[in-house]
Amino acid sequence: MSTTTSHAATTALDVARIRQNFPALHQQVHGKPLAYLDNAASAQTPVQVIDAIRGFYERDRANVHRGVHELSQRATHSYEQARVKVQRFLNAAQLEEIIYVRGATEGINLVASSWGQANIKAGDEILVSAMEHHSNIVPWQMLCERTGAKLRVIPMNQQGELLLDEYAALLSERVKLVAINHVSNALGTINPVKQMIAQAHAVGAVTMIDGAQAAPHVKVDVCDLDADFYVFSGHKVYGPTGIGVLYGKRALLEAMAPYQGGGDMIAYVSFEKTTYNELPYKFEAGTPNIADAIGLGAAVDYALSVGMDNIAAYEAELLDYATEQVSAIDGIRLIGTAKHKASVLSFLIGDVHAHDAGTILDREGIAVRAGHHCAQPVMDFFSIPATTRASFAFYNTREEVDALCRGIVKVKELFG
Amino acid sequence: MSELRDLYQELIIDHSKKPRNFREMEDANHEADGFNPLCGDKLHLYMKVDDEGIIRDVSFKGSGCAISTSSASIMTSMLKNQSLDQARSMFEMFHHMVTRPEEELDPAHAGIGLGKMAVFAGVNEFPARVKCATLAWHTMKNAIEDAHEPAKTE
Ligand SMILES: Cc1ncc(COP(=O)(O)O)c(C=O)c1O
Repeated sequence: MSTTTSHAATTALDVARIRQNFPALHQQVHGKPLAYLDNAASAQTPVQVIDAIRGFYERDRANVHRGVHELSQRATHSYEQARVKVQRFLNAAQLEEIIYVRGATEGINLVASSWGQANIKAGDEILVSAMEHHSNIVPWQMLCERTGAKLRVIPMNQQGELLLDEYAALLSERVKLVAINHVSNALGTINPVKQMIAQAHAVGAVTMIDGAQAAPHVKVDVCDLDADFYVFSGHKVYGPTGIGVLYGKRALLEAMAPYQGGGDMIAYVSFEKTTYNELPYKFEAGTPNIADAIGLGAAVDYALSVGMDNIAAYEAELLDYATEQVSAIDGIRLIGTAKHKASVLSFLIGDVHAHDAGTILDREGIAVRAGHHCAQPVMDFFSIPATTRASFAFYNTREEVDALCRGIVKVKELFG
Repeated sequence: MSELRDLYQELIIDHSKKPRNFREMEDANHEADGFNPLCGDKLHLYMKVDDEGIIRDVSFKGSGCAISTSSASIMTSMLKNQSLDQARSMFEMFHHMVTRPEEELDPAHAGIGLGKMAVFAGVNEFPARVKCATLAWHTMKNAIEDAHEPAKTE
């Protein structure tokens, strides 16, 4: 689906060697070699990340920012070094703009609470797109309920592409925030976020970009995008669970009240008054997820060492191959056929329910997601209850796509 | 494939493609909703129970996977003309059959007295699908108890 297909791209990645870095890929499931095609839900973790976490627990385990002793110093150093790696990964202008959170969901909720409470009032409008994950809908809905603001939806077409004319028509002075995903998890669409951000800025709106599905697959440059807020989750970028990042422009973050109160986020506390710590610590109350932040640093380093352009080119070619092979099977309907797509192939097999397909594929060793992908409005739009979704990473192969196709044929046989 | 055939037996496939008692009921006196939030399976169950506590009619509407649809279809065809007490004990038997590990199933009782429900015995090999099989039964239990919360399998 992408135009970057080339054979040179395939050879730029030594996939066989890369696969050696991912221990979980080398196993049998129900007696069949595993084909892990559920990367959009959670990706696998390379040994480099596992080693970084083990290194922390085996050598440097201590709390951060509060010990004069050696282990605490080391832990603090690794924790902060990881932040530098994330800054590089996103090309953020300043280190203080990188806030550790639990994941994309928490990042969005932090902004909805802290920025939203101060900046959204009755009569304001918040725009979300028709293809958002629930985590970029519900926090805004809750904010609207609290404030009397109105949630409006940027519509899409049958291919799963946002209607940019309609978007332009929705933009007005009333719009205070535009919240959209960079890449859709249910459809794989890559949205033209740079252009959409510029349009939002033209009416004075702030932008929240949900990069949960973009960060693993495409090069993200928050400065080039001019995003105000950008979030992603560690576990989808080959890192550990329980850690993610909120990027925010410094001026916005400075003006925001803390999200949670506690240790680490303060400068001085008395019973009369507390002054808050500076960025980024103002938003990191309590003992943070030190080990997984360190793991996340190793994960983004790993991705950068493979090269985001290499990853994108290889995956584009694999997705093209998968799209071609799967749609050649009789009775397949693809859901999400945008011109610009990343990593995701969502489909229906005749009128077989996705959960039955998922179970049958699982017995063939093929891990896919079956369901609504936390994007029920997308399912409603296509009038379907669920899809089967294969989602790829740069360690997946054409052989795994072939196994998927054989699995789909089995599904059809059983329900024949 | 053989394990899959244990799960997707002909009878299950047949009921999923042509669900029986798949209709609304105007004069139902017990109704309940069932919802499986994980899968999105949705079900609305209608029952007509007479003064003696005998189920005179039972039907359902909704959408779901082959396991949940066929389970609802087979359940409704078995419940007709049963008493509420019988319905409750069928619920228990069904639940036991699909949730117990195989080795704990008492061979003397496995499948016996379950009638057509016995085709779901293979479900206990597929832990992720137990909820699909039990949704209709939980909903039925709620309907006869007139619970107002939708039945959930979580
Ligand atoms: C597009 C998108 N946004 C947000 C999320 C939420 O991520 P997390 O559950 O890691 O917070 C996901 C995860 O599936 C996603 O795909």
